[in-house]
Amino acid sequence: MATQTAAVTVENLRVVRGGQPVIPDLSVDVPRGQVVGLLGPSGSGKSTLIRAIVGVQIVAGGTVTVLGESAGAPSLRDCVGYVTQSPSVYSDLSVVANLRYFAKILGAPPGDVERVLYEVDLTEFADRRVMRLSGGQTSRVSLAVALLGKPELLVLDEPTVGLDPLLRRDLWVLFHRLAEQGITLLVSSHVMDEASRCDRLMLLRSGELLAFGTFEELLQQTGAPDIEHAFLRLVEGDAA
Amino acid sequence: MSIRRTGATAQRVLGQLRNDRRTIALLLVVPSALMGLLAWIVSAEDFDQYGPPLLGIFPLIVMFLVTSVATLRERSSGTLERLLAMPISKADFVFGYAVAFGGFAIVQALLVSGLSFGLFGLDVRGSGWLLVLVAVIDALLGTAMGLFVSAFAATEFQAVQFMPAFILPQLLLCGIITPRDELPTPLQWLSDLLPMSYAVDATQQVMTSATATGEFWRSIAVVAGFMVLALSGGAATLRRRTA
Repeated sequence: MATQTAAVTVENLRVVRGGQPVIPDLSVDVPRGQVVGLLGPSGSGKSTLIRAIVGVQIVAGGTVTVLGESAGAPSLRDCVGYVTQSPSVYSDLSVVANLRYFAKILGAPPGDVERVLYEVDLTEFADRRVMRLSGGQTSRVSLAVALLGKPELLVLDEPTVGLDPLLRRDLWVLFHRLAEQGITLLVSSHVMDEASRCDRLMLLRSGELLAFGTFEELLQQTGAPDIEHAFLRLVEGDAA
Repeated sequence: MSIRRTGATAQRVLGQLRNDRRTIALLLVVPSALMGLLAWIVSAEDFDQYGPPLLGIFPLIVMFLVTSVATLRERSSGTLERLLAMPISKADFVFGYAVAFGGFAIVQALLVSGLSFGLFGLDVRGSGWLLVLVAVIDALLGTAMGLFVSAFAATEFQAVQFMPAFILPQLLLCGIITPRDELPTPLQWLSDLLPMSYAVDATQQVMTSATATGEFWRSIAVVAGFMVLALSGGAATLRRRTA
């Protein structure tokens, strides 16, 4: 497959919810094999954009192409890993029972459950029921599910919320290791200080793409000392 | 549809149930205790008359409630959305639930019938095994209807309210309280459209005939038909894309 083609191409996406346009008109290309950060305040349309890319969002217009297929196409179901904002795993099952179930649904190879447990550092909690885990551990179980099988695109909605700094750092290391294997990662966050960890950034506000580029490019473009100020300058520039 | 994915789903649902011992105990003890209570408060002849239909109706109600809440939980926790973004067909999901709860319903039906015949002195003209069959089909129907209605509930409170809204009218019209042919004509028509009426018809055949009659099998077939309809309806309400 041509690696130069984008992993995700969004063209004139329009999403309307309850009569209100959540995303009025958005176009963007997500390159392959990179960690792309989707940053924006709460309510900026990050989750909606993510849902449109995964293909679970009803859209009012435009096209979303993922790995050369229309978003949500049946052939994409085993190569797009998706982690929702709130951990979507079975709280009344053990960590390993959750992973074994999703591994069977995905047809993941044997040993995959152990691999992902190791990758999210939950091996010692494998037999514990999810309801007895902390919030951060639970969200790592949800992340582990997305790592099962052979995902080519990982779409992660705020995967680092509620994690301690050490664990957050470890996860970002994992994300970059996955990107080196050629996996594309789209990671949303409302924590601006995670921006420097991404290869490329998308700044979103009110469903509109304020800016898209590398960390350095965005700082240069705005002349801001950090991404938080860059964001503010972009918003104010927008208003002016 | 895939056997592997249906099987995995059934296994997962049973795993969740196994981790919830109190629910298992309630599922097994409540219908048994209710049958015992009925045997105690009515005469032996009345027990032989009211026992068999209730033997089918208790598992139906219990399974309806359990399934509607379980499926609703799956919708609200986001696991359904995640699953539907994976290579699982809607039929795998729905049949996974039906197999798991259906399997459990067999255990429940065997226990309640065993106690009713063995301990509470229930007596029917036909074979007790046919009554077990009715109880199992009824429980499966309850599961199927629970799956279906959970699509129309946004909260657990609503889901639980579907029980009186959906089940109690059927209970009034199914022929236990007033024989179906003595109902006012419009209500007879309505009764003809409701699955529980056929479930009760089947038990009445077992009560009055020594062998399985054609009418018995016809009633069983109608209940099974309603079950397939509710399962298909349940699968149709699963949406991969939502607003």
